[in-house]
Amino acid sequence: MNGRDSSRALDLYRRMLLIRRCEEQLARGHQRGLIHGACHTYVGQEAVAAGVCAQLGAEDVVFSTHRGHGHALAKGVPPRELFAELLGRATGCSRGRGGSMHLFAPEVGLMGTSGIVGPCILQAAGAAYTFKLRADGRVAVAFFGDGAVNNGAFHEGLNMASIWKLPVVFVCENNQFATEVPFSYSAGNPDVASRGAAYGLPGVAVDGNDVLAVDVAAEEAVRRAREGGGPTLLECRTYRTRPHSEGMPDFTYRTREEVEEWKARCPLARLRVKLLEGGTPRNWRRSRRKSRGPSRTPRSSPRKVPGPTRPPRPRTSTRSRGSCPRRPSAPLARSRSCRPPSRR
Amino acid sequence: MQATLEALTEEMARDPAIFVLGEGIGKRGGNFRTTAGLYERYGPLRLCDTPICERGFVGLACGAAMAGARPVVDFMFVDFVLDALGEIFNQIAKVQYMSGGRLRMPVLLRGCIGVGHSAATHHSGSYHPLFAHIPGLRVAVPSNPADAKGLLRHALRGHDPVVFLEHRELLGVKGPVPEGDWEIPFGRAAVVRPGKDVTVVALSLMVRHALAACAALEKEGISVELIDPRTVAPLDVDTVLASVRKTGRLLIVDEAFGPFGLGSEIAAQVAERGLDQLDAPIRRLHGAHAPTPYSPPLEAAVAPTAKTVERAIRDLLED
Ligand SMILES: Cc1ncc(C[n+]2csc(CCOP(=O)(O)OP(=O)(O)O)c2C)c(N)n1
Ligand SMILES: [Mg+2]
Repeated sequence: MNGRDSSRALDLYRRMLLIRRCEEQLARGHQRGLIHGACHTYVGQEAVAAGVCAQLGAEDVVFSTHRGHGHALAKGVPPRELFAELLGRATGCSRGRGGSMHLFAPEVGLMGTSGIVGPCILQAAGAAYTFKLRADGRVAVAFFGDGAVNNGAFHEGLNMASIWKLPVVFVCENNQFATEVPFSYSAGNPDVASRGAAYGLPGVAVDGNDVLAVDVAAEEAVRRAREGGGPTLLECRTYRTRPHSEGMPDFTYRTREEVEEWKARCPLARLRVKLLEGGTPRNWRRSRRKSRGPSRTPRSSPRKVPGPTRPPRPRTSTRSRGSCPRRPSAPLARSRSCRPPSRR
Repeated sequence: MQATLEALTEEMARDPAIFVLGEGIGKRGGNFRTTAGLYERYGPLRLCDTPICERGFVGLACGAAMAGARPVVDFMFVDFVLDALGEIFNQIAKVQYMSGGRLRMPVLLRGCIGVGHSAATHHSGSYHPLFAHIPGLRVAVPSNPADAKGLLRHALRGHDPVVFLEHRELLGVKGPVPEGDWEIPFGRAAVVRPGKDVTVVALSLMVRHALAACAALEKEGISVELIDPRTVAPLDVDTVLASVRKTGRLLIVDEAFGPFGLGSEIAAQVAERGLDQLDAPIRRLHGAHAPTPYSPPLEAAVAPTAKTVERAIRDLLED
């Protein structure tokens, strides 16, 4: 890896690490009862959000799913706002009205994550329609799971985007399961990328655990969209290594061995190996400062997120500041995986 | 219809963010001529002919509005847009709230409602109560050309999603339309006709039937106050209450199904806020709670008419 490549790779690594660290903290927060409702983490799939969002400008927009923390962070939502949202606070990115599945931060181009599988595909096509109407060169991205490609929204959205040559990239994160249903069961044609041809648009399959490969594929798709070449379907083949949602059983529909196998293909570990192959950790500090990507992994645990701890109240005009809930005394296992390279 | 076309034409000239989506709304000018002549003026990007994928283009409109455009979805018959209810109820209606108002949702969803022309059950629905049930949606159901123009213009200037429903049997109706740049704010009922013996609230085509009934009853010295809510979300109950305070009697007429409908809602609110003003039980007259039949005599039997409205008013006066 030359200097430029390695600093780009480092940027991607940082984006992935930010997501991994946040998700691990959020999972702990969920176990401790600080995070309510469903919490779908992105662990194992970080390369997709990191690789795609690295190709987007601040003015480009992203529409996402129930598994959207990673997309939010990669698009630039401050971790603090994500955490505050999941903790149900008024300082959250959706002012405490959304929670894990309904994150909104239009100021950084996160147009929304969604509790309904499918609509993000149509909405991204819609945003792209607006960009085309205005001829302003912006690009919209839809992230969605394998579960969404058997939904009518996929069919209708890809077809419309194709006939109107909309500046949109459809990113399917094929993690092989929709909740507990294997994609091989639910798909008449399990080759998602090949479905692009059915709508007259390019379909590209990529190793979704290889962030450099995602980066390259996304670069081309985003360029095509921006230059008026129309939409691309990008199938990123990946795997989630945590349960569908925090607290759900995980080994009824898949085996421990399979999960371990995929953990060994951890996108962070893989990139780390590549980075260290060059043996050039010397320029890391410098490139870190120059990096445009998220520069810090959050050290804070959910309980350290500042802001009102009371839930937002309807039509509230006054802010309440109270003390944070106390940390339970039970020791929590620290994650051993994927430490940042700069830490010894 | 001509009135709403005028409003749309003028607003499209004023605001380049407005574009129309629908089947046959481009060169063809719309199944009901709702966009006649606009394609020639504004071109295919702003008059976008869609494939037959209602859910798809309603969902697309949602995303387009989030990104700053102002889509008008022309869905022909409300029956067709039922395919897109998830996008309307779950997405379009909720985005403003969920985003803390940082995203706006100026989507206009328009199309026809109503029984007539032996259109039968898949082209005869009136589903305004369904939309009015959902927080975040505004629902306009005009009964005359002037109201249609003023309400449509208001819809095209606001931030909120609006479902705009015109009765098919009203599309050809003529009426005076004031000149100039005016709009009708939502949530203000019109007192179509003042009266003192009984209050009738009627919507859309039912306003015309009620007017005919009022004229017949007037000959016998029965004075009916007729109120047209014009929008069912927001719903102006204050005007109804003020009228009931005078008359003490209330009848609600709506072609849509009765259960959980306009009649129930107005009756409940009047009972909550003005039960002591009533001299008789509130009455409702709705379309039959059944799929709409095809055969002309059967079709004529399921929707309220001037005759059935007149009879309902007489019954109410005898209570
Ligand atoms: C329209 C709809 N149907 C069902 C659900 C319930 N549901 C939530 S997540 C999920 C599985 C989605 O699978 P996939 O799209 O592959 O995403 P993944 O969870 O694997 O990231 C289902 C069925 C839903 N949210 N929306
Ligand atoms: Mg999946």
